[in-house]
Amino acid sequence: MSMTMSQKILAAHANLDEVRPGQLIMADLDLVLGNDITAPVAIREFAKFGMDKVFDKTKVVLVPDHFTPNKDIKAAEQCKCMREFAYDHEIENYFEIGQMGIEHALLPEQGLVGAGDLIIGADSHTCTYGALGAFSTGVGSTDMAAAMATGKAWFKVPSAMRFNLTGKLGRWVSGKDLILHIIGMVGVDGALYKSMEFTGPGVATLTIDDRFTICNMAIEAGAKNGIFPVDAVAKEYLAAHCKRVPVVYAADADAVYEEHFEIDLGSIRPTVSFPHLPDNTRTIDEVGEVKIDQVVIGSCTNGRISDLRVAASILKGRKVARHVRTIILPATQTIYLQAMEEGLLRIFVESGAVVSTPTCGPCLGGHMGILAKDERAVATTNRNFVGRMGHVQSEVYLASPAVAAASALTGYISNPEKLEEK
Amino acid sequence: MNAHGKAYRYGDNVDTDVIIPARYLNTSVASELAAHCMEDIDGDFIKTVKAGDIIVADKNFGCGSSREHAPLAIKTAGISCVIASSYARIFYRNSINIGLAILECPEAVQGIRAGDEVKVDFSTGTITNATTGKSWSAEPFPPFIQEMIAADGLINYLRKGAK
Ligand code: SF4
Repeated sequence: MSMTMSQKILAAHANLDEVRPGQLIMADLDLVLGNDITAPVAIREFAKFGMDKVFDKTKVVLVPDHFTPNKDIKAAEQCKCMREFAYDHEIENYFEIGQMGIEHALLPEQGLVGAGDLIIGADSHTCTYGALGAFSTGVGSTDMAAAMATGKAWFKVPSAMRFNLTGKLGRWVSGKDLILHIIGMVGVDGALYKSMEFTGPGVATLTIDDRFTICNMAIEAGAKNGIFPVDAVAKEYLAAHCKRVPVVYAADADAVYEEHFEIDLGSIRPTVSFPHLPDNTRTIDEVGEVKIDQVVIGSCTNGRISDLRVAASILKGRKVARHVRTIILPATQTIYLQAMEEGLLRIFVESGAVVSTPTCGPCLGGHMGILAKDERAVATTNRNFVGRMGHVQSEVYLASPAVAAASALTGYISNPEKLEEK
Repeated sequence: MNAHGKAYRYGDNVDTDVIIPARYLNTSVASELAAHCMEDIDGDFIKTVKAGDIIVADKNFGCGSSREHAPLAIKTAGISCVIASSYARIFYRNSINIGLAILECPEAVQGIRAGDEVKVDFSTGTITNATTGKSWSAEPFPPFIQEMIAADGLINYLRKGAK
């Protein structure tokens, strides 16, 4: 019997000794997540069960983060629907504006994610929590509704791809560059239905924030989940946030992987995804001259404190280019406060950037920075599909916070390494 | 159950942001969503689509967001079936969960052009291009999913106490 890390977590939650790729299982969930777009649909479906209670009011999490603070009347109605449901069902983990943050930054920070957990969320970037050794994956609203009622979900057990990491990332290179590089290499459907499991000596050199970013974008390669081993770095984060004892699963030595990749972290260059797919990547050295109108630093991919620190280190004492609107969105209230205490907000404002309350906002073309026709943005977000940030004829270039901040200064997609030399 | 309609033909990686742009997601009313279905890649779709028509696309159809609004918009627009070479996984499970028929058949996709008249027999998985006369058989659903479809989606399946 040999299983991958992801398969072991699924087996344990399905009360099975063993699972095989392709097997359909019904498994017990540790957490069920929804947001202001997906939860209202789920709530409508949940009503069809005719139950007056959710399966466990401590295990349902509702976060109004997409169109909030409410961008218009329709968004306000959606949030109201979710809020009323949360109060009626005494959902403990409902995060009102003021406590709210972007869901995938918020849940780990609030200690809701534990190692070894099985988590579904009606949001595709739920795969983020693999950074803490959980199996987490995105589903739709009907799955969420069924999960709120039964505490269970069906899964097809995935096969896996193994990414063996060695070496160490360079000075201005981050987890974002690594995952963009990987997506460029395997393609947007390269990991379809599969787990992406990261291992090797290079893992220890990646910060927990890098790992969140990497797992967050596993879905952009089509993966079902991304997952990291629970090492000292993960344990340290868990100890600081989650009250539960980590349940550590490790892949068997003879676990079967469909594909192996060897990646030397030292060889990764700052990487940019050109429109209109995340796998359309180029290294910063191949970018050429791309003039931009907007920079967005934030989102569930790169709105964490380390991201803001990197951006601030570049923007400090400098001014953003006159024609560039620079929008910075700390991902949670805690991160916002931390950025304030560290003086980062002052640096941003003095550089000519604006700082927003936590929200998904422009990431999905919702509000707070929509692009007009023919405009271009460099964003630390995760998708650059047609029309993602506004007009169908606008363009999004995905990059790290360092590249985004450097680009804000010059008005062209820029290499942070060059800026430092000035 | 059968489907019979005109084919709308799309390429690789049709993502959920073009199926239903996020700017319209401040509502979850199906008819309002359907009114904007596919508009960012095919402005004519919603003007010309008729009940029963079929979407035929290349690989990774439905990639991107977990929004169930995407299969819901397609279904509500009148599409009876989607045939693609492959699907993004969340779109695949969402479609099954809400009862939108979807078939995976790369060979059929290669043999169908925009505007062709297509017939699908769901009981056998047979896809026929009535315009050219060619036919193919799609991979049938595993039994677990067949049961779910027979129960008219996940919610009813679970309510009946299936395990
Ligand atoms: S920040 Fe963007 S990708 Fe992340 S949850 Fe919000 S809309 Fe989705």
